[in-house]
Amino acid sequence: MKASEIEVLGKKDTRSGFGEGLLEAGKRNKDVVALCADLTGSLKMNAFENEFSDRFFQVGIAEANMISMAAGMTVGGKIPFTGTFANFSTSRVYDQVRQSVAYSKKNVKIAASHAGLTLGEDGATHQVLEDIGMMKMLPNMTVVVPCDFNQTKQATIAVAELDGPVYLRFGRPSVPIFIKEDAKFEIGKADVLVEGTDVTIIACGHLVWKSIEAAIELEKAGISAEVINMHTIKPLDAQAVLSSVAKTGCVVTAEEHMYNGGLGESIARVLSQNNPTPQEFVAVNDTFGESGTPDELLTKYNIDTADVISAAKKVIQRK
Amino acid sequence: METKELQKIASQVRRDIVRMVCECSSGHPGGSLGCADFVTTLYFDQMKHDSKNFTMDGINDDVFYLSNGHIAPVWYSVLARAGYFPVPELSSLRKLGTRLQGHPSTDKGLPGIRMASGSLGQGLSVAIGTAQAKKLNNDDAIVYTLHGDGELQEGQIWEAALYAAANKVDNLISTIDYNGRQIDGDLDDVLPMGNLTEKWQAFGWEVLEMDGHNIDEIKATLAKAKSLTGNGKPIMIVMKTEMGQGVDYMMGTHKWHGSTPNAEQLEDALGQLEETLGDY
Repeated sequence: MKASEIEVLGKKDTRSGFGEGLLEAGKRNKDVVALCADLTGSLKMNAFENEFSDRFFQVGIAEANMISMAAGMTVGGKIPFTGTFANFSTSRVYDQVRQSVAYSKKNVKIAASHAGLTLGEDGATHQVLEDIGMMKMLPNMTVVVPCDFNQTKQATIAVAELDGPVYLRFGRPSVPIFIKEDAKFEIGKADVLVEGTDVTIIACGHLVWKSIEAAIELEKAGISAEVINMHTIKPLDAQAVLSSVAKTGCVVTAEEHMYNGGLGESIARVLSQNNPTPQEFVAVNDTFGESGTPDELLTKYNIDTADVISAAKKVIQRK
Repeated sequence: METKELQKIASQVRRDIVRMVCECSSGHPGGSLGCADFVTTLYFDQMKHDSKNFTMDGINDDVFYLSNGHIAPVWYSVLARAGYFPVPELSSLRKLGTRLQGHPSTDKGLPGIRMASGSLGQGLSVAIGTAQAKKLNNDDAIVYTLHGDGELQEGQIWEAALYAAANKVDNLISTIDYNGRQIDGDLDDVLPMGNLTEKWQAFGWEVLEMDGHNIDEIKATLAKAKSLTGNGKPIMIVMKTEMGQGVDYMMGTHKWHGSTPNAEQLEDALGQLEETLGDY
């Protein structure tokens, strides 16, 4: 499909996709339980709470207790989802996640909202840009970063069915919906959204839509860009990367995360080991964010549509 | 089980502990010796469990978590002596490839262990999670935990303390190994904890006290604790112990928290501990 042929189906926040997915997962399996650290409304967990009040655990502002409790609930066969902001799901509780979830290989799903700069006005204390790196470094951890409302719902249902620790990252703002409601979502299997021949753009989360916008502009300039939605950072779909670059010969990676530890570095490792290829990175350059609107921040920190376009043009020159 | 029998097992467990840590020249004998009477009584007299049919889910079994994971030697010895795995495997403690990791872990598949511990302060939260899962499953078994007194300096313990009382987690019996010592010295010198009984009462817990070296008293206190489950309150037992109990030169000091005896010191220790079930 061409980028210009992708249909926008509406606009919604990805966290609402999580809320709907959690409710559906709860309906499908009575062992699904949810814990929240005083952010039920922000995480859109109210529907689950109302439907399954006995399976919903409000833990208060005590994230460490929440993560370890969730690990304990798996002893007893439960499938717990923990809900808080991405920053408090990772850096605040890294040791709890490491020992009680990842090392102990417990079936906990860490649902992390308000990730990245698009959290917006609350500023850098809340805008985690290191979480993908932290979580992908943990053995046993699966890292999933869906791109829109529909895919976040599908991913939530899918991770409930996967046996093992998962980090599920999504966001706050309302963004275009372009994944079909009935699309198949498979953990660890990348989506090739746009087919192209000149450059491969690999993105995750909110940057997938930005990459499609970029591909539309590139198309107008006569550049054929392939856009891959790498919704699973770990395990990484290396085959999808290698197949695409065999055709295009260059890569742009785009993410709402630091260069350090992000999707781009995972892709670079696959390429350097298998098929060294010119790569440009659209990511935040080793700096904290600040207050502002989501759009202002994406522009200021150079992870917007224009940045994907210029990175694509630059990397093509390097072939 | 008769108290005399439990005392015999505890004596063998103490022998196992000092022999294990001596063989690998590392580990934590002090706290392990101090908790030998308690962990022995728990597994051989009080808990509902099946060493031959261990399941990770622990459904319908009482579940125990060692939150102060560094005293793993006492747990490993009791698990082996209770039949969870072959007793000779105790000699593999801390050696490359062993299932008996320096701190308890699940990834090597040692029966009896359901959660890694070692980084302190997490076990109470884990236990609360399991206790809540048991309630959802209509499983009336009990969840037990053991904590170091120094471990209570971790903030997460108090998050868990608040949660358990507020949410009436009353199928949980926790115990504090109150020996008053930690790595750097006496608790009162490192960071005084004040009156532990009053603190836990203030947090809304039912608090019992016992002498951790009087097996009759351990039996009676655990029986009382069990009778108090289901009453809307989590239960904490403040257990007075002596670090290094049973080996005279290890008692009355914090120095054997994480130090191990040499061959000569081992002989001295073994001379004080009766071999009752046969050394591995």
